Amino acid sequence: MSAEQAVARLHNGMVIGIGGWATRRKPMALVRAIIRAGLRDLTIVAYGGPDVGMLIAAGAVRKLVFGFVSLDHVPLDPYFRAARQAGTLEVLEIDEGLLHWGLRAAAMRLPFLPARTGLATDVVRQGFRTVTSPYDDGEEFLAMPALKLDAAILHVHRADQAGNALVLSPDPFFDELMARAADKVFLSTEKLVATAALDLPAQARFNPFERALVTGVVETPFGAHPTGATPDYGIDLDHVRAYAGGGDAAQWSEYRARYVDLPDHAAYIAAAGGAGRIGTLPAPVY
Amino acid sequence: MADQYSLAELVITAASEAWRHDGEVLATGIGVVPRLAAGLAKLSCNPHLMMTDGEYQLVEEPVPLGDRGDYVVRPEGWMPYERTFSLLWSGRRHAMVGPVQTDRFGQTNISSIGPHAKPKAALLGARGFPGNTVHHPNSMFVPTHNTRSFVAGEVDFVAGAGYNPARWPQGRKPIGLDLRLVVTDLAVLDFGGPDHQMRVVSLHPGIRLAQVQENTGFPLAQADTLATTPAPTQEQLYLIRTRLDPHGVRRTVFKGDPPGTRQAA
Repeated sequence: MSAEQAVARLHNGMVIGIGGWATRRKPMALVRAIIRAGLRDLTIVAYGGPDVGMLIAAGAVRKLVFGFVSLDHVPLDPYFRAARQAGTLEVLEIDEGLLHWGLRAAAMRLPFLPARTGLATDVVRQGFRTVTSPYDDGEEFLAMPALKLDAAILHVHRADQAGNALVLSPDPFFDELMARAADKVFLSTEKLVATAALDLPAQARFNPFERALVTGVVETPFGAHPTGATPDYGIDLDHVRAYAGGGDAAQWSEYRARYVDLPDHAAYIAAAGGAGRIGTLPAPVY
Repeated sequence: MADQYSLAELVITAASEAWRHDGEVLATGIGVVPRLAAGLAKLSCNPHLMMTDGEYQLVEEPVPLGDRGDYVVRPEGWMPYERTFSLLWSGRRHAMVGPVQTDRFGQTNISSIGPHAKPKAALLGARGFPGNTVHHPNSMFVPTHNTRSFVAGEVDFVAGAGYNPARWPQGRKPIGLDLRLVVTDLAVLDFGGPDHQMRVVSLHPGIRLAQVQENTGFPLAQADTLATTPAPTQEQLYLIRTRLDPHGVRRTVFKGDPPGTRQAA
C-alpha cells in the first residue's frame, strides 16, 4: 500500500506509537504523510526524535507519552521545546524503561506491570497508582499501566507483502513491543522483497515479530530520512541541524513547504539531496 | 609541577575514582567528563569494568572520543537498549550523569526548569534517571557549581530519586538507591554526612571551603577530613591525552580550558 493508504486507516484522536529511538530508524515518510493528512488530537507514544517534533509543529498532537525528545547530536528538538514552554502540550513524562514496561504490559494484555522505576520521583505524581506485593516482602511498587496503542508505525529494512520483516540495524529498540501493543501496525520498509529474499534462516535473528501483527507494508526507500537506518544509511546531520535551527511557526511553514507538502516520496528524496547523497550518509559516531 | 594539567583533566581524574571499588559492573558515563572518567577508571584503577561504545556494543577497551580515525573498536558483546534496562534493573551498573539541578537530598533534574505544565525551560525529559537512581549506584558531574545547579528546596522536577524519606514508598529506601561521588568545578563531594547530607571530600587546588558553601543552595555537612583533590599522575595524563581523548574534546568542558590549580581568591 501507499503511505496515503496507510494513513487513511488512522483517525483523529488515536493513540499512535512510533518506533525507533531519537534520530534512529524513525518512520519519517509515514510521519510526513500523517502531517499531510491533517490528523489531529493524537496521543503519541515514542522514544522521541524529530518525528515527535514535526507532529507537534504541525498541530497533530494533543498528548505526548515520553521519556525524552532528543535529536541526539543536537540535544533538544525546537518544536517540542516551544510547545512545552507555551504550556500547550499535555504530557505524561516517564522513564525510558517505564515506557518499555507499559508497552510490554499492553503486549501481554495485562492492565499493568509492577516497577520500582518512578517511585520517589515526580514521575509517580502524575496520577500513577501503586500496588503492594501480596508476598511476605510487602514491597510497594508503581503499577505501570498498559500503554495500549490504536496503531504503531515502524520503519524496517526489508519486508515482504505479508509483513514478514527484517530490522537489520544493530539495536532493534522496542519496535517489537510497539507492534504487540497496537491494534494496527503499519511498516515502512527500505525494500519490499519476495519472502525468499529475506534470506532466512541466515537473517532469522533480525526478524522482529510475526506477520500476523502487520496491517500494511509501505515501500519507502530512505523512508527514515533525516533519521538514520544503519546499515543502509546514517543520520543526515546537516538536515537535522537545519531543522533544529527552527522553532517558530514561520520556520516550520518553510520546512513543511520544502520537505513535507510534496506530491510524492520521490519528490522528498529529490528535495533531501537525492538517493545518491542519502545512500552514502555515514553511520554516526556516538 | 603546578599548572601542568587542566581543570578538565583534574576533574576527569577525580571522577574516575567513582568506579575504583565497583568490580565487574557496567560503567556508564553520560557527557564528556563522565565518559572520559569511566574510560580512565577502566584503564587504571578498575580493569574489570564493562563499557559500551555509546551505542550498542560492549567493548574490551574504552572507545576514544570523537572521530575514530584509524581506531578500530574492540567489541566483546551486544548491549541493545532492552538488555541495558535488564542489566540496570539488576543493579550491576554505576552511571555518572550530569544533572541540571541537584538538591540537598541528591534528587536530580534534567526534565524541565519551572512549573512542569508550562516550564520556563523544557530540557530533555526524565530519560533514564527515575529507573537508574532506584536500581544502581549513581555519581554526578556538575561543571558549574552554583546555587542554580545546587538548589535550595527540592529540584523543580524530581527525575532522579534521592535521600528524601518523605518521597520513599512506605518510608523505605528504594533497593538500589546509592548516590556516590559528586564532582564539580570546585570540589569533590559525597553523601557521607549525617542522614546522607552532602559534604565536601576534597577541594580542588586554590578553592576554599567557604567558596563551595557560598555556591551551594543548602548547608553542607562538616567533613571529617578535608583533602585537596589529587593532581593527575603522569600515567593518568598520558591515558587521557593519548588513549581516551586524542582530539582534545575535554578542552571544551570549561570556558577557556583553565589550569587545574586556580589562584586562591
